Amino acid sequence: MPRANGEAGELALHIQVQEAALEVAAELAHLQRFGQSGAQATFTGFVRDFGDAREVCAITLEHYPGMTEAALHDIVQEAARRWPLHAVRILHRVGYVALGEAIVFVGVASAHRRAAFAACEFIMDMLKTRAPFWKKEHCTDGSAQWVAARHGDSEAARRWQVP
Amino acid sequence: MKLRILYFASLHEALGCDAETIDPPANITTLGALRQWLAGRGGPWQMLAERDDLRMARNQKVARADSRLDDGDEVAFFPPVTGG
Repeated sequence: MPRANGEAGELALHIQVQEAALEVAAELAHLQRFGQSGAQATFTGFVRDFGDAREVCAITLEHYPGMTEAALHDIVQEAARRWPLHAVRILHRVGYVALGEAIVFVGVASAHRRAAFAACEFIMDMLKTRAPFWKKEHCTDGSAQWVAARHGDSEAARRWQVP
Repeated sequence: MKLRILYFASLHEALGCDAETIDPPANITTLGALRQWLAGRGGPWQMLAERDDLRMARNQKVARADSRLDDGDEVAFFPPVTGG
C-alpha cells in the first residue's frame, strides 16, 4: 500500500477493473468519507459518439489482467510521492460499454485543492499512456475498429516528467 | 526454456492467437531476439518485426528489446494502449 507524503499519513486506495457499470454516485459517497480532507477532485470519462470513427454506438475494452492493476498501483504510488493524498479511487470498465456509459472514474481526496486537481489529472494522463487497456469502437453501420493511440496523450503524459 | 507469450488487441486479432507456450531455440536469449524469431514464422507474424509501434512486456512490466529472458517468463506483445 503506497503512503502519501507530508501530513497525509496513510493513503486509502481502491483500484478496480470491472465489467459492471460504474456507480459514480456511490464512488462520490466513498470519497465523501474523506470529507475532512478538505478537497476532492474527480474525473469521469464516457463513451462518446465520435471517436476515430463517426456514429460510434459502443466500445469494447480489452485489458491485460494483472499488469493493468500493477500499472495503476505504480501510477498511484508516483502520485502519492508528488502530492499529499488521503484517498484515491480508480475504476475502469472492460468488456462491452454502450454509448453514454462511464468508462473510467478517478477520484482523489487531499487536504489541498491544487494537490487534488493535479493528482487527478496526473493519474488520468498516466492511465491513458501506461495502463494496458485497448478500445475498439463499434459503429451504427456494424463496422468496428481498434482505436489508434493519440500523440496528444503522450504529450500530456510527458509534461509531468521531472526535468 | 519455456515461455508463456500473450498477444493483445489488434495483434491477437491479426495473428489469430491470444496466448501460447513455446520453447524457443537456445540462441533466443533476449526479448528482441524472441520478437524477430516469432516474426520469422511468416504471414501475419511478420508484423511483429514490421510494426515499430509495438510494445513489449516481460513478467507484466514494460520491457526493452535487450531484456534477457528466463525460464518461466511471461512475455506480452501489444499495440500502444488506448484506455481511459
